[in-house]
Amino acid sequence: MRDFDYVRATGSDHAIEALAARPGARPVAGGTDLLTLLKDGIEAPEALVDITGTGLGAVEHGPDGLTLGALATLSRVAADPAVRASHPLLVQAVESAASPQLRNMATIGGNLLQRTRCPYFRAETALPCNRRTPGSGCSAVDGEHRAAAIFGWTGHCVATHPSDPAVALSAADARVRVRSAGGERTLALDELLRLPGDTPDRETALDHAELITAVEVPALPAGSRSCYLKVRERASYEFALVSCAVVLGVDGRKRISQARIALGGVAARPWRLVEAERALVGVELTAVPVRAAVERSFAAAEALPGNAFKVEVGIRTAVRAVLTAGGAR
Amino acid sequence: MTGARPRVDGPAKVTGAARYAAEWRAADLRHAALVTSPVPAATITAVDTSAAERVPGVVAVFTHHNAPRLRPPVGAPYGGRLPLQDNRVHYEGEPVAVVVAERLEQAREAVGLVRLDYAPLSAETDFRAVADTAVPTPPARWGPADTTVGDLAAGIAEADVVLRAEYSTAARHHSPIETSATQAEWRDGVLTLRDATQGVFNVHAVVSSALDLPADRVRVLAEYTGGGFGSKGYVWPHQVIAAMLARELGGALRLVLTRAQSFTSHGYQPPTRQRLVLAATAEGRFTAIRHDSLSPTSTYGEYVEMTANGSRVAYACPAITTTHRVAPVATVLPTPMRAPHEGPGMFALEVAVDEVACELGIDPLELRLRNHAEVDPTSGKPFSTKGLLACYAEGARRFGWADRPRATGSLREGDQLIGWGMATAVMATMRFPAAARARLHADGRVVVEAGCQEIGTGTYTIMPQLAAEVLGCPPEQVVLRLGDTALPRTGMTAGSSTTLSVGSAVTAAAEALAARLALLATGDPTAAVRLDGIELTVKNGAVEVFRLDELFARLGVDSVAAGGSWEPRENQRSMHTFGAVFAEVAVDVDLPVPRVRRLVAVYSAGRIVNPLTARGQMTGGLVWGIGQALLEKSTTDHRLGRFVDKNLAGYRLPVNADVPDLDVAFVEEYDPHASGIGARGIGELGSVGVAPAIANAVHHATGKRVRSLPIALEDLL
Repeated sequence: MRDFDYVRATGSDHAIEALAARPGARPVAGGTDLLTLLKDGIEAPEALVDITGTGLGAVEHGPDGLTLGALATLSRVAADPAVRASHPLLVQAVESAASPQLRNMATIGGNLLQRTRCPYFRAETALPCNRRTPGSGCSAVDGEHRAAAIFGWTGHCVATHPSDPAVALSAADARVRVRSAGGERTLALDELLRLPGDTPDRETALDHAELITAVEVPALPAGSRSCYLKVRERASYEFALVSCAVVLGVDGRKRISQARIALGGVAARPWRLVEAERALVGVELTAVPVRAAVERSFAAAEALPGNAFKVEVGIRTAVRAVLTAGGAR
Repeated sequence: MTGARPRVDGPAKVTGAARYAAEWRAADLRHAALVTSPVPAATITAVDTSAAERVPGVVAVFTHHNAPRLRPPVGAPYGGRLPLQDNRVHYEGEPVAVVVAERLEQAREAVGLVRLDYAPLSAETDFRAVADTAVPTPPARWGPADTTVGDLAAGIAEADVVLRAEYSTAARHHSPIETSATQAEWRDGVLTLRDATQGVFNVHAVVSSALDLPADRVRVLAEYTGGGFGSKGYVWPHQVIAAMLARELGGALRLVLTRAQSFTSHGYQPPTRQRLVLAATAEGRFTAIRHDSLSPTSTYGEYVEMTANGSRVAYACPAITTTHRVAPVATVLPTPMRAPHEGPGMFALEVAVDEVACELGIDPLELRLRNHAEVDPTSGKPFSTKGLLACYAEGARRFGWADRPRATGSLREGDQLIGWGMATAVMATMRFPAAARARLHADGRVVVEAGCQEIGTGTYTIMPQLAAEVLGCPPEQVVLRLGDTALPRTGMTAGSSTTLSVGSAVTAAAEALAARLALLATGDPTAAVRLDGIELTVKNGAVEVFRLDELFARLGVDSVAAGGSWEPRENQRSMHTFGAVFAEVAVDVDLPVPRVRRLVAVYSAGRIVNPLTARGQMTGGLVWGIGQALLEKSTTDHRLGRFVDKNLAGYRLPVNADVPDLDVAFVEEYDPHASGIGARGIGELGSVGVAPAIANAVHHATGKRVRSLPIALEDLL
């Protein structure tokens, strides 16, 4: 590990200044991912700007929804009675992530920015990986890619985004508030997290010295139901092979009136099943018609030989999540 | 005296007071870090260590250009090549340079600055793609590579059902919490190693011969070893490197493998391809068993996974043929991993038996009962003791096996398909010669000494129990000193051999001490003695009570000691441990990730010295088996010639949520042949038979027969 400077920011302005002054600096909060990346030599920043003293950890709730301070730990978010009451799918997603020890340290802002679990990216030595060493190639496309993406990938990168909370936030239409010396803006998750294209190393839309300050989660539509479903081999302490967050409106005749579906583990960001969401409106809450609607979104799925099964797993996971959210399971 | 005694080393381990190899302080301690090859086969064409040497704190950088010369090690299994002796690379992860620095961080940083140029050579890492397989020469105690009894063709010809199937198991890594580590000190011409090892005498033999040091100038210590599971049994290059560089530089030097290095710096459980032929009559009598096994070895040494060994003894059958072949690949040498041989092997045999049971329409347990082996069917020898029928009966009773519906897919709870499966566990009993010493001090303390290791199995707890049983004193009065080549010699802590081997020697030493005390007190060595605190009661017709301080003062001694030893002489019997494992699984009908809901396992393993530590061993084995069945797999990228995942996020071990209630029981048993204390081995037996029981349960739940481990979701879609 390379020696690095350490700056403890006293407020978000200070943090932004400190970052702006050092092009090779990185913000650190819980450090649950970044420290591993440092130890493995995957990242070697010249300075760490510790933002844990910037006071961005509040969880606020109002009639329009939640505002999760970027530094709110995952365990804090999941324990909040208002969050539990208003966004159970987010609580389910948070509580299925990592381990209790990690959730006590990891922040909701950092969770969105965690880097992929692709084994080539995470290797103890630099292997060909465009995300880690731009231009070096992608080892996974022709190598081990059982867990790789089935949506939105390119030959430059087939990695997925590993977050559980991000999937639930995507289905909840959450927006991320970010701040830089130039001011504030808000981004949808689909805007924050970039698809690989031909620059997979550019993972987010954040500029250098731009901080996530909060995640804004609108209230779920009145009367809607929700569910987060995670499929993984190990029963706990494991990233999702595929996961699904659903927000569903159901009318009096057990027909779907509104649907928002995000899949995790299938792309470089949570993947909204837009076609399925449209097709599900008016559909009866039973397996066969729900599956037919879900399949609409999978016409665009593209798999490699080693992860072709994930298409079927993705469909089944979405179907099960819709039926579970709707109370039909 | 023997019985359920809690682990005496538990508090020290939980509080951190127990010191492991890399936790010893030294004022002049330096840190070594390995540079390993990124390619599986190559010639090193250029070396530039100048940038690494400029890192502040770096003391020295060693490569094959400047490393001290070594001699071929003798006297114990060595799994590597001699490190830094030439410019050849034989596997990805092979050490090619070492940095020594004042601080670990400095050493690690310098590692990234050592520049080596490689001229890659062609390398095959896929054992299935190797054309030239070889007949191995296994160590004698593992049995021959091939065996045959009876007429296989005739057995197949008379059968009504003949199953021919191929099974496979994955490459796996031991992944103990403590990665291998060696702290070496060179002072006044004496080399002292504190090592994370399962065999201090093995390390001593390899290091003293490789460094050409007289035996009395090398001492190896291992007070605690943080799990081994086989990874610390053989000796590997990092231990030789630490010793070599401590002597070269003087003072103390610590070398700790990183987690990533623990995937390549010592051996792994090789993947296996196993072909089974199992022939049976309509009545369910086996008429022929053929088990052919292929596994990889390295290109520079030989290891063979004896997966067909279990098939040699498991069932009564007139014709049994087994073969083992090895395929050299460009990896570090594979090595035993809990449970070697029968662990992967019984998966194939026991799934095959389940398949034949399904085909014949006979209950899988009933089929096993019909083929129960009263004698070893390959050697013809009687078993030392065998309580397998009692294991089947008790296991079936505890599990409720009698209520199992025959048809697959017939147990269902909502979206969950439920399945019940079972398997037999068989494991060869490994035994090693052992010596021990017992010393009684005037204050009543009994110190038992044996140079064995504590790898987490309970050795510190049960050896005092055995000595106390002989001396009649409470076990708290006895302490064990171990993990030191200056102590009486024992074997490795491997092959589930320690309790039976070292325990027999400890019992012999305690008996010798009792006889000596009787002689000194009364002149008659056969008098019965009983120790309680500092009171020694001697019964020799009359009963006399001595105070130790007075007795020893009268004799003019501070303490009284005696030695004992044990050797495995009996060889007219087939020695194995046995068990019956029953599993219940749930598999979601749409998202078919198998989950184990309960395991029941009953074992026949000779006398159980301490039911608490024994249960700990067997439950640990069952968890290990869950990992083998459903999670653990090291995937190789054959283009890069490396294991893909070298961390515990990618290499999946079971967590608590994967482990259901485990019901473990032992058959009451005393084996008069296997050891001096009635015991056979237990530790590794617990991980045998679990994976096939789970796989058979998955079949019962889903109707899908999976013949490769681990069972993956995509196998069941």
